Amino acid sequence: MPALGADMEAGKLVEWLVKPGQHVKRGDVVAIVETEKGAVEVEIWEDGTVDALIVELGTIVPEGTVLATLHDGAGAAAPTAPRAVSPAPVAPVAQAAKPAPVVIAAERYKISPAARRKAQELGVDLAKLVPSGPEGVISLADVERAAPAAVAPGAPAVDRMEAMRRAIAAAMSKSKREIPHYYLANSIDVTSAVAWLARENAARSVQDRVLFAAVLLRAVVLALKEVPELNGVWVDDRLQMSQQVHLGVGIALRGGGLVAPAIRNAQDKTIPEMMAAVSDVIRRARAGGLRSSELSEATVTVTNLGEQGTETVYGIIYPPQVALVGFGRVASRPWVVDGTVQARDVVQATLSADHRASVGHRGAVFLSALDRLLQQPEKL
Amino acid sequence: MVPNDAAASVRTTYREALRMALREALQRDERVFLMGEDVALYGGTYAVSKGLSEEFGEERVRDTPLSESAFVGAGIGAALNGLRPIVEIMTVNFSLLALDQIVNNAATLRHMSGGQISVPLVIRMATGGGRQLAAQHSHSLEGWYAHIPGLRILTPATLEDARGMLWTALEDPDPVIIFEHALLYNFEGELAADAGAVDIDSAAVRRVGDDVTLIAYGGTLGKAMQAAQELAQAGIGAEVVDLRTLRPLDTATILASVRKTHRAVVVDEGWKSGSLSAEVSARIMEGALYELDAPVARVCSREVPVPYAKHMEEAALPQVADIVAAARGTLHRV
Repeated sequence: MPALGADMEAGKLVEWLVKPGQHVKRGDVVAIVETEKGAVEVEIWEDGTVDALIVELGTIVPEGTVLATLHDGAGAAAPTAPRAVSPAPVAPVAQAAKPAPVVIAAERYKISPAARRKAQELGVDLAKLVPSGPEGVISLADVERAAPAAVAPGAPAVDRMEAMRRAIAAAMSKSKREIPHYYLANSIDVTSAVAWLARENAARSVQDRVLFAAVLLRAVVLALKEVPELNGVWVDDRLQMSQQVHLGVGIALRGGGLVAPAIRNAQDKTIPEMMAAVSDVIRRARAGGLRSSELSEATVTVTNLGEQGTETVYGIIYPPQVALVGFGRVASRPWVVDGTVQARDVVQATLSADHRASVGHRGAVFLSALDRLLQQPEKL
Repeated sequence: MVPNDAAASVRTTYREALRMALREALQRDERVFLMGEDVALYGGTYAVSKGLSEEFGEERVRDTPLSESAFVGAGIGAALNGLRPIVEIMTVNFSLLALDQIVNNAATLRHMSGGQISVPLVIRMATGGGRQLAAQHSHSLEGWYAHIPGLRILTPATLEDARGMLWTALEDPDPVIIFEHALLYNFEGELAADAGAVDIDSAAVRRVGDDVTLIAYGGTLGKAMQAAQELAQAGIGAEVVDLRTLRPLDTATILASVRKTHRAVVVDEGWKSGSLSAEVSARIMEGALYELDAPVARVCSREVPVPYAKHMEEAALPQVADIVAAARGTLHRV
């Protein structure tokens, strides 16, 4: 079941346009799926022969569920990875991100009897389970790990989203009502930082690789040391600066939700530790399992919308914090260096700050410190 | 297992505990007598009956000729006629000479006589390998006997059971065979001074754990306990079930443990093919399939006659490391 937009969690299979044994080419429309936006044609990614249609017509299944399997001609059946014809921008299908050591495809899953029963009890979709055992067997532990994240198609999800939407509305309205925002933006040349990270990552195993976002977070933490009035909360008509940096990270949730849990004591974290902390908090934010302290103690927030191609973020401060740092995408741009135009990697860093707590000059000092720090990534 | 009050317990051995049980039986019931090869003058091949012939006389502790079929048959006759014989057979390998008496006579007479007669006979024998006595003295054939309806099969693995199973077995109106693993005779530990008869119906949980059930009996119980200790150091909670009675099997205790842990390893010095471990595994499948998170694992002897050479014998018998590896396998933690 392809993801057909950020607000989609599940879809209803209403029509198969292929049969087992039928040959398909990449781009063929193979099924019709009904979503809140109406019926969508699902096209296939791979060439091959349809092996088995797994999901029955009329069934509502979460995105990422295997709908059918394909023979690629080499003998083994591979799960199909269909994607939508329209709308065009498609979020990556769940399987693509899974580090699954074994393909789970056919009608018969390699799953222990206890795990199968547990999955049934918890309503966990077998197709979404990733086996952790050496032989690709799905065990009880795999089901229990997947359980909190399992999508329960139907009413409860809607209620949760409704509640989250109201919470976001209240916080953002309060912010815009009470906080006199000022906004600053700098373009920062991060060519050397990107190259440095690539060299560092080359020495790491795949699962230990660090994303550039972690480098940006580390630079933010260090720049805040130089402008401490951006790190704290505005309570009782005065600024309370914080010794620790509890770095809030904006995380978009499926269905349009947003949370900004804090990476606590971010000032003590190296770049790899920051990466691990971010991965952990994102996983838990999406699976459920954030701690209340993480949700209430942030002293500053960073939001990064670069993944979607956004160039510049003008964020709204999350009260009672006094600043929000935004990053757009890292893009290759024509840039003047030493009097010549070169292709350089550039990112737009923005600061939304509370004018009650700081002045524009100090905000500018912060962004320039950020720029300076990112020119010497090895010292971060 | 170890009583808290040191004053109320005695330091003793498995051999000594068996002897206490024999002495008590001979004292309590004058119908009881012991017979077998070298049990009287020599005091028993494993010195279990040492001193008993002096204490109770030649009539009640009797040496027999080297003819298992004859003296087991004599025991059956004595039992049929109102006595309570205890027959010792030197090793399970030699008991094959008496299979006809045990399987065709002792086990069947109650049923063939429509309940008119019964055979209240107790047979004791040594079993198992590990002492470099080669293939004709080292096998574990108790699983064969556990196949036979009409017999009750006991495998004491602790001092309490060595001390307490005999009297309860003598009270059973039907034939009971007690298998003593030969490596256990020198096992030393604390036994309550007032230790006495124990039940011969149930399995016992010897160690509590949540992650995997190790099912053992007789000579493999100690190895399973040691494996559980090693697993604990790796953060794996192993529960150890001592079968105690191989026939009738206490399926309820086995299943209750597996329902809790979802994983099972059967440890048996017998071979895998057509074995007791196969029976235990099948019962788990029949009674708790949907509780299993991994296939039932078995740690058994290699399918060869037990070798004489020390290193080869060790390789052929179940060892602690094999049990640990099998348990980790059921947890997908290799």
